[in-house]
Amino acid sequence: MTCDDSRPFFHAYLDGELDAMQAAEFGRHMESCSACGRAVQALESLRSSMQNAQLREPLPVGFERKIRSELDAASQPASSWKLTPWRLLAAAALLLLAIGGSWKFAQRTRDNGDVSVTAADAAAVELVDAHIRALQPGHLTDVTSTDQHTVKPWFDGRTAFAPPVRDFAAQDFPLVGGRLDVFQGHTVAALVYGRRKHFISVFIWPDATQNAEQYAGAMNGYQWISWKQSGLRFCAVADTSRDDLAALKDLISR
Amino acid sequence: MDTLNPGKRTDVLPVQDREHFDQLVLPHLRAAFNLARWLLRSREDAEDVTQEALLRAFRFFSGFHGSDARAWLLQIVRNTCYTWMEKSRPMNSAVEFDESLHLSPLPGPEAQALAGSERERLAKGLEQLSPRSREVIVLRELEGCSYKEIASITAMPIGTVMSTLARARERLQQLLGSSGTKEAVHDL
Repeated sequence: MTCDDSRPFFHAYLDGELDAMQAAEFGRHMESCSACGRAVQALESLRSSMQNAQLREPLPVGFERKIRSELDAASQPASSWKLTPWRLLAAAALLLLAIGGSWKFAQRTRDNGDVSVTAADAAAVELVDAHIRALQPGHLTDVTSTDQHTVKPWFDGRTAFAPPVRDFAAQDFPLVGGRLDVFQGHTVAALVYGRRKHFISVFIWPDATQNAEQYAGAMNGYQWISWKQSGLRFCAVADTSRDDLAALKDLISR
Repeated sequence: MDTLNPGKRTDVLPVQDREHFDQLVLPHLRAAFNLARWLLRSREDAEDVTQEALLRAFRFFSGFHGSDARAWLLQIVRNTCYTWMEKSRPMNSAVEFDESLHLSPLPGPEAQALAGSERERLAKGLEQLSPRSREVIVLRELEGCSYKEIASITAMPIGTVMSTLARARERLQQLLGSSGTKEAVHDL
């Protein structure tokens, strides 16, 4: 074995990855060649200084506990979500509106009497309702953070899709946090943005249908706007102006 | 037609797998965090990414039938790190490297006195390597993984693991030999 032959074996030798034959051959060469011996020695000293330097990073205090509680939350089936009683109220509200006021929505949004517009409106009622419900103290966010890197991982494991989470504080739509909500019996992600003294809920869920239509409407002083983007349906709801919602929509879809 | 109908739920997580997951995967939390910390060169980012990776691992856990839970977890951590780096690349490259932000202090004052400056020197060298070189060094020297394990974690052939490790060590020797140079060094 020559020095050139032995060179590729330095590391495997050092790491104990040579088989018996290779090791024996390499060992014989080491005995006769001081240059290769020194090279291996230098690598050995690099390795031992790395091991002595305690480079292996210790876990942050409380980190394992945090992970365990995240896993606890992820282990819970979503059907046990705490807003269940509110769902009943929302359903009741929807029923009332369907009986008493469906003509109003169809008339307001479009004149063509398209059934889907009415359905979109009906769905929006539920989302507006969810938004109003969330404005009750303590219901706005499950994870409160202006940091998108905190909010985004929070959704991981709670939803089967990854909602795009970005902070738009620079554009005057600061991220406030996120929560889970239930809409038509399914878990949806809700992002909360601030707008001056108001809050905007942006509901997000996967939409496998071909429908990429944009919808907008208003009810009881609340505006809503719904659009589709990369397989997800978005619906932003707030008591701010329609222009504010459109501006936020532009930021999100940028 | 119901236009605002959310998709079917598929994210109900297997409660019965939780105990199994805790036994097999959680013991490797420190290895996961350590890999993320060195790949991302930041403890704070490593916390986020490790958390994300563990939740992801839990979600995929029903698909894990192998025998090496550590390699399986580290593979997920590694992928999550690369995705994260990909996403935050423009932001990161604009920020000049500041070692005081990235080097965490050691637990005790004695340990620090003992290994402090040497640790700092080695850590600085390690952080100057490319991520591909850094990960093989971390897996080999800090986690004690075999070539085979490194190959399965990084999805590289064993021959490539060996040559990457060789290049990484030689580069690290160079960097440590000429430590104190301020020029930006790009490995490989």
